[in-house]
Amino acid sequence: MKFSEKWLRELVQPAINTQQLVDQITMAGLEVDDVENVANDFSNVVVARILQAEQHPNADKLRICTVFDGSEEFQVVCGAPNARAGLVTAYAKIGAVLEAPGEKPFKIKKAKLRQVESFGMLCADAELGISEENDGIMELPSDAPLGISLRDYLDLDDNIIDVDLTPNRGDCLSISGLAREVGVLNKAPVSYPKINDTVTTITDTLAVTLEAGQECPRYLGRIIRNVDLSAKTPTWMVEKLRRSGIRSIDPVVDVTNYVLLELGQPLHAFDLDKLEGSIVVRKAVADETLVLLDGNEINIGTETLVIADDSGPVALAGIFGGEKTGVTTETSNIFLECAFFNPIAIAGKARGYGLHTDASHRYERGVDWQLQHRAIERTTQLLIEITGGEVAPITDALDEQHLPTLKHILLRHAKVNAMLAFEMPAAEIEEIVTRLGMIITETHEDSWSITAPSYRFDITIEVDIIEELARVYGYNNLPSKMPSAALDFTPRAESKVSMHNVRRTLVGRGYQEAITYSFIEKSLQAKFDDINTGIALANPISAEMAVMRTSIWPALVKTVQYNQNRQQSRVRLFETGQCFISNGDDIAQENVISAAIVGKRHPEGWSSDNQSVDFFDLKGDLQSLLDLGGCADEFSFVSDQHVALHPGQTARIVRNDQTIGYIGALHPTLAKEYGINGNLYLFEIDQQKLQAGKLTEFTELSKFPESKRDIAVVVDEQCVFETLKKIITSTAGEYLKNVTLFDIYQGQGVEKGRKSLAINLTWQHPSRTLNEEEVSSSIHLVVSALAEQAGAVLRD
Amino acid sequence: MEQIKDLLAQACSAVDAATSVSELEQVRVEYLGKKGPLTALLKGLGKLSSEERPAAGARINEAKQVVAERISQQRRDLETAALAIKLASETIDISQPGRGQHLGSLHPVTKTLERIEQFFGGIGYSVAEGPEIEDEYHNFEALNIPSHHPARAMHDTFYFDANRLLRTHTSGVQVRTMETTEPPIRIICPGRVYRCDYDQTHTPMFHQVEGLLVDKGVSFADLKGTLEQFLREFFEDDVKVRFRPSYFPFTEPSIEVDIDRGDGKWLEVLGCGMVHPKVFEYSNIDTEIFTGFAFGMGVERLAMLRYGVDDLRLFFENDLRFLDQFS
Repeated sequence: MKFSEKWLRELVQPAINTQQLVDQITMAGLEVDDVENVANDFSNVVVARILQAEQHPNADKLRICTVFDGSEEFQVVCGAPNARAGLVTAYAKIGAVLEAPGEKPFKIKKAKLRQVESFGMLCADAELGISEENDGIMELPSDAPLGISLRDYLDLDDNIIDVDLTPNRGDCLSISGLAREVGVLNKAPVSYPKINDTVTTITDTLAVTLEAGQECPRYLGRIIRNVDLSAKTPTWMVEKLRRSGIRSIDPVVDVTNYVLLELGQPLHAFDLDKLEGSIVVRKAVADETLVLLDGNEINIGTETLVIADDSGPVALAGIFGGEKTGVTTETSNIFLECAFFNPIAIAGKARGYGLHTDASHRYERGVDWQLQHRAIERTTQLLIEITGGEVAPITDALDEQHLPTLKHILLRHAKVNAMLAFEMPAAEIEEIVTRLGMIITETHEDSWSITAPSYRFDITIEVDIIEELARVYGYNNLPSKMPSAALDFTPRAESKVSMHNVRRTLVGRGYQEAITYSFIEKSLQAKFDDINTGIALANPISAEMAVMRTSIWPALVKTVQYNQNRQQSRVRLFETGQCFISNGDDIAQENVISAAIVGKRHPEGWSSDNQSVDFFDLKGDLQSLLDLGGCADEFSFVSDQHVALHPGQTARIVRNDQTIGYIGALHPTLAKEYGINGNLYLFEIDQQKLQAGKLTEFTELSKFPESKRDIAVVVDEQCVFETLKKIITSTAGEYLKNVTLFDIYQGQGVEKGRKSLAINLTWQHPSRTLNEEEVSSSIHLVVSALAEQAGAVLRD
Repeated sequence: MEQIKDLLAQACSAVDAATSVSELEQVRVEYLGKKGPLTALLKGLGKLSSEERPAAGARINEAKQVVAERISQQRRDLETAALAIKLASETIDISQPGRGQHLGSLHPVTKTLERIEQFFGGIGYSVAEGPEIEDEYHNFEALNIPSHHPARAMHDTFYFDANRLLRTHTSGVQVRTMETTEPPIRIICPGRVYRCDYDQTHTPMFHQVEGLLVDKGVSFADLKGTLEQFLREFFEDDVKVRFRPSYFPFTEPSIEVDIDRGDGKWLEVLGCGMVHPKVFEYSNIDTEIFTGFAFGMGVERLAMLRYGVDDLRLFFENDLRFLDQFS
C-alpha cells in the first residue's frame, strides 16, 4: 500500500524523520518497499493562467501564450497541445531550476523559439517529477490562486511510502490503521478524523435483505438524492488519492476511494435510478452473468456472493460493481453501500475471476466489523460537501448471530516468559497490551483475561498476543542463546553409500554436476521414454516446462547441446534427483543418478593417447559407483533395447534380477535431431538401489601362492563375455579367485564373424598350494564347458 | 725397489687415464691381475734373501693396495659422472600439464547444501527428505494455510489437479516427520521447490533448506541463537544479523532475518518462527508440553551471496564455464 507521509502525519506526529519512520515500521513488521518524493526538487514554479494562446507564425506545433501570474503578464512559447486560453497551469519563471534524479539541474532562461521570445516554461507533470504524465502541461483547477508557489499549492514537500503488508495485517491497510500502529510504536496520540452523523433531509430507503447472513452479516445502505457530479473533487483529495496510486474519476468514486484509504472500509455507490426493486445479498444461482464496471462480462459461480436487485446481480460482493448500475456523469441519485463481508466468503473469489481490487484485497484480509457505521457517515459527510445532495437515513441490515464476536484470550505470564526466554515484567506486558488497543478485562495472579480489538483479525490465541509483545518490545532486544539438548548420536548406516560419496567419486572422475528443471517439454519427454507418460502440469509456465520428467536424460542431452553450441566439445555431466512416474493413482517419485559423456577421453593436452570416449569409459565410471557399496558382484549388465539408445550398444543394469537402470549410446537418430556432435553415452540408475551396500566381511589372507593360467578362445562375434564368465565361474572349481578379460582380437588368423578373447584365470587355496594336476584339470573342465555351451574353440 | 716405484707411477697414471668403467677394468686386470707385473714381482720374492723378503713383500703389497684404492676411487668418480650424464639426459619439462582426468565440480547449489547439512548435522540435526509432488494437505492445510487463505496467493503454485501440486516449500517434509516421530525432533529438509514465477530474480524451480526443532522448552531465544550462529559460520564472518517481524501462517511469531555484511545494506536471507500451535495440533503434538521453531532458506540466494554470483538463472543453464568455477 502506497500512502502520503504527510497524510499520516496529519493523524500522528512522532518526533522522528522519514528514514526513522521507515525503519521503525519496517522493524515492526510493516516492511517498507520504497520511499519516493512526491515531486522532483524545483524552485520558482508558480500557479499561473494562460490569458491568450496564439498560433506561432513560424511553427505549426507551437503557440505563443500570454501568461498571468496574478501580478504580471509574460510571453511564453509552448508546444503543448492543451495550451489554451483560460487554462490554469504550472509556470516556471525565468531563474527557475528544475531538477531530476541523475540529471544536471535545468535552469530556465530567456529563450528565442523560432524568432519569438519566450520568458519561462509551462510545465507538464513529468517535467516536475509529479507523475509520468507528459501529454500536455498541467491542468490545475480554475480557482487555484495565481502566483502561489506550486510546491505550496499542491503540498509537494511530501514522500510516498510504499509498505508491503503481510496478509495478517489487514488492519493497517488504511491511513488510520497505519497511524494507530505508529502511535503504538511511539507512544504517541492519534487524532482520527472527526465523524458526525449527517442530518438527514429525506426519508427514502431501499429495502435490503440478507439471504446470506453468514457471508454478509451486516449491510448498510443509504440513499443520497440530487448529487451534483459536475462538481470537482478538491485538489487536496485528488493529491492524497494520487499519492496512493489512485486516479481521480468523479466525486462519488473519489470519496469512496478516499474513505477506503482513510479508514480501510470499501464502499460502493450505485446509480439509484438504475436499480430495480430492492437489494438482496445472496449467493449467485446457476447461469447468472454480470457485466462489470470494466466492461467485461463474467459467468458467476454459485459459490460467489452477489448484491442483487429484482433484475439479478448488480455487483460481485466485496469485489467489483456492475456496469449497468454504476455511477455516470448523468447520475444524480445514488445508493451507497457499506458492508461487512466475512473474509472467508470473499477470499480467493476475486482471484477466481482474474480480478484483484482494493476492496477484495481488504475484505479477504478482514475489515473491522465495527467500522461500517462510521465509514458510511464519513463518506456522506465528505460527499455532500462536494456535490451537495439530500441525505436519507441509513438502512442497517444486520444478521447479528453471524457477526464476528470479540475474542477473549487468557494470557499466562509464565507462557510469555518461557516463549521469550526472558522475564517480561507484568507492568510492561499490561502497558504494551493496552497500547495495542486490547482490553484487559481481568487481572489474575499469573495471567490476564484480554479482549482483542475488532480490527485485529490476527489475534485469536495466546501466542498471537505473545507475538505482539515480542514485536513491540523489539525482536532484536530479546535474548539469544543456543538451544541445549541431550547429546544423542545421529544414527548412520555404514553400509549405505552416501550421496556425498557418489558425487565425489564422479567429480574425481572428471564429471561436472548439473541441475536441470524437473519439468520438460512433452515431446522431448516422449522421445526418451516410450513406456511412461510425463505427468502434465495443469498450469505450466511454458510448453518447454510442461510435464514432469521420467528421466534426467532429455535434460542432460539438451545441456550437452547447449554447451556444444558454446565450443565445448568435451562434456562430462551428471545429475541426481527425482523422476516422476505415474502408476494409476499413485506417483512413484524415485531418485536417480544420471550421467552423460561425449568428446575426448581426456582433456585436450599434449599426450597422444586421447581417443573419443566409448561405451566402456562410461561403464568404467558407472562401475566405480557400483563398487562403492562393496557388493559389485550383485550387479550385472544385460544386453537389451531402449528407445533412446543405440540398439547395439545398450545394456540393462541388473541387481539381483531386478532392473535398476540403463547404460548405452544415445540413439543416432536422437543425436542427429538434437545436433549432438560425436557419440554421446548415457547411464541412469536408481539411487536407492545403488546406495544399498554391505558391510565389509574380512576373509583370511591365503599364505599359499596363486596359480594363474591364460586361455584364448575363439567364439562367435555375438557371444558376450558375461556368458563366458558365468560358464568359467561355474566350472573352474571353488578355489577360482578371479577371471579377467585381458584381450579381444578380431582380424588375421580369426575367421570372419568370430572373435578371440584372452582370459586370465587365477586360483588360490586358503590352506595349501594347489598342484599342477588340479589346475590342469580345472582348465580342462573350463575349456570343454566353454566349447560345449558357447561353441568356443581354444586358440593356439 | 725402483721397479716398484715406477710400476706404481705407471699404474696410477693408467688408472687416472681410464675414462670408462670398462677401461678401468682393463687397467685393473693389467696391473693387479694374475699376469700383472705386481703379481709377478710377488712371485719373484722367492729369489730374494730371507732378510730382504718381508720388507720387499710388504712394499709390493702396499703398492698393490694403493693401486686398488686408486681404482675404486676412480670407479666411484666415473660412476658418479656417468649417472650425472644419464640423469641430465632424462630431464623432463615439469611444466607440462599432468595426464588424465581433470577434477570435475559439484554444482554450487549442492556445495551450499552440503555445507548447510554439515553445520546442522554437527549439532544433531538429521536430514529428512520427501516427495516433490505433494498433496494439498501436506503443502498447505496442515501448515495452517486453508484454501481461502490469502497466503496461498503468495505461493504461485503449480498444480496437477485439485489435490496434487508441486511443493512450494519443503515444509511438507516437516509435517510428515511430525506425523510419525515423537519429539524431540531435530531435522533439516533440503530439496527442490517450485513456484509459478519466472523473471530476472525468480526461477520456477529453486532449492530450499528448512529446519525444525521440537522439544520441551524451546524458546524464541533458541531460534535467534541458532540462526545467528549459523549465518556467521556460513559466511565465516561476523555478519550483523537482524530479526524483523513478518508473517507466515505456520509460525507465530514469524520472523524474517536480514544480514549486513559490512556495507550497511540489509539483505533478507531467511524466514523463520516459532511453530504455530495449529500446526502442532494437526500432527497431534501437545502444545502445552512441546514448543519448537522452524526456519527456511533459499539455497541459490545463499550461494549467490557466498560466491558473488549475480544472476540466478546461471544456476540452471549448466554452462560448463560456470560449473567449472566451483571445482
